[in-house]
Amino acid sequence: MPKLDSGAELEKLRQNILSGRDPGKPCIAICAGTGCLALGCGNVIATFKDEVKKQKLEDKVDIRETGCPGFCENGTVVAIYPDGILYVKVKPEDVAEVIAETIIKKKVVERLLWVDPSTKKKVIHEKDVPFYKYQKRILIGNNSKLDPKSIGDYIALGGYSALAKALFHMTPEQVLDEVKKSGLRGRGGGGFPTWRKWESVRNVSVDPKYVIVNCDEGDPGAFMNRALMEGNPHSVLEGLAIGAYAMGSHDGFIYVRAEYPLAVENVGIAIRQAEEYGLLGENILGSGFNCKVEVHRGAGAFVSGESSALMTAIEGRVGEPRPKYVHTSEKGVWDKPSCLNNVETWANIPLIINNGAGWFSSIGTEGSKGTKIFALVGKVHNTGLVEVPMGITLRDIIYKIGGGVLGNKKFKAVQTGGPSGGCIPEQFLDSPIDYDELTKLGSMMGSGGMIVMDEDNCMVDTARYFLDFLADESCGKCTPCREGIRQMLEILDDICKGKGREGDIKLLEELAETVKDTSLCALGATAPNPVLTTLRYFREEYEAHIEQKKCPALACKELISYYIDPSKCKACMICLRSCPMGAIDGGKGKIHVIDQSKCSKCNTCFEVCPPRFGAVIKVSGEPVPPPPSEEDRIIDRVK
Amino acid sequence: MAAAELDKIDEIIDRYAGKEGMLIQLLLDIQNELKWISQEAMERISKRNNIPIGHIYRVVSFYKAMSLNPKGKHIVSVCLGTACHVRGGLGIMDKAKEFLDMKTEGTTPDRKFTLERVNCLGCCALGPVVVVDGEYHGKMTPSKMEETLKRYD
Repeated sequence: MPKLDSGAELEKLRQNILSGRDPGKPCIAICAGTGCLALGCGNVIATFKDEVKKQKLEDKVDIRETGCPGFCENGTVVAIYPDGILYVKVKPEDVAEVIAETIIKKKVVERLLWVDPSTKKKVIHEKDVPFYKYQKRILIGNNSKLDPKSIGDYIALGGYSALAKALFHMTPEQVLDEVKKSGLRGRGGGGFPTWRKWESVRNVSVDPKYVIVNCDEGDPGAFMNRALMEGNPHSVLEGLAIGAYAMGSHDGFIYVRAEYPLAVENVGIAIRQAEEYGLLGENILGSGFNCKVEVHRGAGAFVSGESSALMTAIEGRVGEPRPKYVHTSEKGVWDKPSCLNNVETWANIPLIINNGAGWFSSIGTEGSKGTKIFALVGKVHNTGLVEVPMGITLRDIIYKIGGGVLGNKKFKAVQTGGPSGGCIPEQFLDSPIDYDELTKLGSMMGSGGMIVMDEDNCMVDTARYFLDFLADESCGKCTPCREGIRQMLEILDDICKGKGREGDIKLLEELAETVKDTSLCALGATAPNPVLTTLRYFREEYEAHIEQKKCPALACKELISYYIDPSKCKACMICLRSCPMGAIDGGKGKIHVIDQSKCSKCNTCFEVCPPRFGAVIKVSGEPVPPPPSEEDRIIDRVK
Repeated sequence: MAAAELDKIDEIIDRYAGKEGMLIQLLLDIQNELKWISQEAMERISKRNNIPIGHIYRVVSFYKAMSLNPKGKHIVSVCLGTACHVRGGLGIMDKAKEFLDMKTEGTTPDRKFTLERVNCLGCCALGPVVVVDGEYHGKMTPSKMEETLKRYD
């Protein structure tokens, strides 16, 4: 492939690709993202390919391995275009039927359709599924329309036209101005205005300058960066090149965490292809502008996602933060001006350049523009990735898109912002989501994790979980973070084990404030958020743990006991056989009893007891009732 | 150390020759291919790239993806990210420990298994998730965990 030499050549190539494609030709788009891979989509893809070959349909149908469309709960997800028929939970054995019915006879395979749990109705088209219907998928929507390993697919969708527009029709100042007018704020968590970062790097007259993509998505419970990087790497690269042009940089880095092997692979392929086409590297599109991009893999450290830490990691050193009295925009990688933005921030740039700042800022709220991708996970029906306009309410995300809380459980809280965020209770579900609103509630946008918790989740345990994570990930460079988090964790550990003391809450609050105010980087400064928000909204749970040694959610192992309700036990032996400790006594026709001294509280009996019996009972803060006498344990089955 | 391993290390060092700041990338490659980073490997890098060995040791001991001990034949990563945690990831971990007869994470004495926790693999929708030798297993239950581990020898 000879390098493209002008914007016109790129446009010609696009027309060529499009004219070689028949828009009416059926295309089977199969998700090949990490989520579906975990559910075995590899076999589904292979079977589709075999079947198409066997039926000699190669000329009549395309197969596309796409990035993650977000509907992970229902993987493997298969969409058939141009109609947009959606099949969920597809297995290799379903493939022959899909080909025979849908591709050949143009009929829908009913049993593979998604069923709306509230109406029990089957939904045929992707666009009618509520999970998709209420989203605004300007970024992630393209994931199912392209094969991330094919630059042709991206170009066909208008890819790199924003870069061409910037290079040939805009000055770097105009690009910067467009980003400024768009109101785009950093998608990595803090929400710092993107243009301001760009402007400070642009204003430093030092060469070289570096532009960096932060894909060190270490927040547990968040995977939108993974999906974009795996599913549409060219959109990130295009944004990066435009940013480099605006800031006068010629060198880019992509920092991807090593836990995302597929993202590393796909972005590597994308860079090679873009260089081959003359869309990255030397003399891009014949404009004279150079931009070389290199991938760096992270090596597993949450703190390395912090900007100054990430930059030291790129230099091959231990990724620890440093005080930022000199900003990274002046001295970053190798002490050169560096601009670090999140994957999602970069991916927004081509859209802003192509569609204009006015279009972008028409989406969202006063202070937060555009869309945001959230990873909606936890106890909710439709888990997966959702892209919504800023300003949508939490309730709409959880109930309209997410389909509500799993089972018949009661909603308790939604945790946003990862370990730096907080738990938001039910009374704030109607708050609009934007940067400032979430901060007001004591949480934050973070990179976009959204974990739904129900009545079975203990809020003290949740705070403990995050502190445990942060204590482990704290790099130890500054004392407040290293020692403060550890002390808070010890107190929370004690509370969860029933060893909480009077005054613990006050001490926690004091420690939290100190850690927040005095830590070196954002890891420490935001670490107390999970404790502070749970104390703010769920203080009574802390008090129950400390004063009554009771876990109201029946989750803290040390504070609960299990017993079998003799009036419900049918002596079916299921729990008895599954108990790993041999702690259940009983027999056929003999009501089972748990030996409290042997019970390890592993919850197995509770899980296996058939729901129609529901004989295993959990209690907390009260003793278990004494077991029935030996005679009463014999079940008279005739009765 | 076997000559073949030393050759491999040299080959990896050559991959990044002449480029600055590649220590982490280089170490990751050694970790991927030899499954651990031995003292000999660190000494070799130190000598050839003129980096103080203390500096290399600091990097290796800082990052989770690098291991100072040889890892087992099969690597079992149990995800304890938030989404997996709220869906019972700890129970999966307990089951794996019980099955492998281990009190803590680490490598079994026969070096057949290495058990480790990871903080989010980014497939939260399928939680709890376990990865064995790079193969993802979603929607785990304690009993499925046992069945899965039995398949590896």
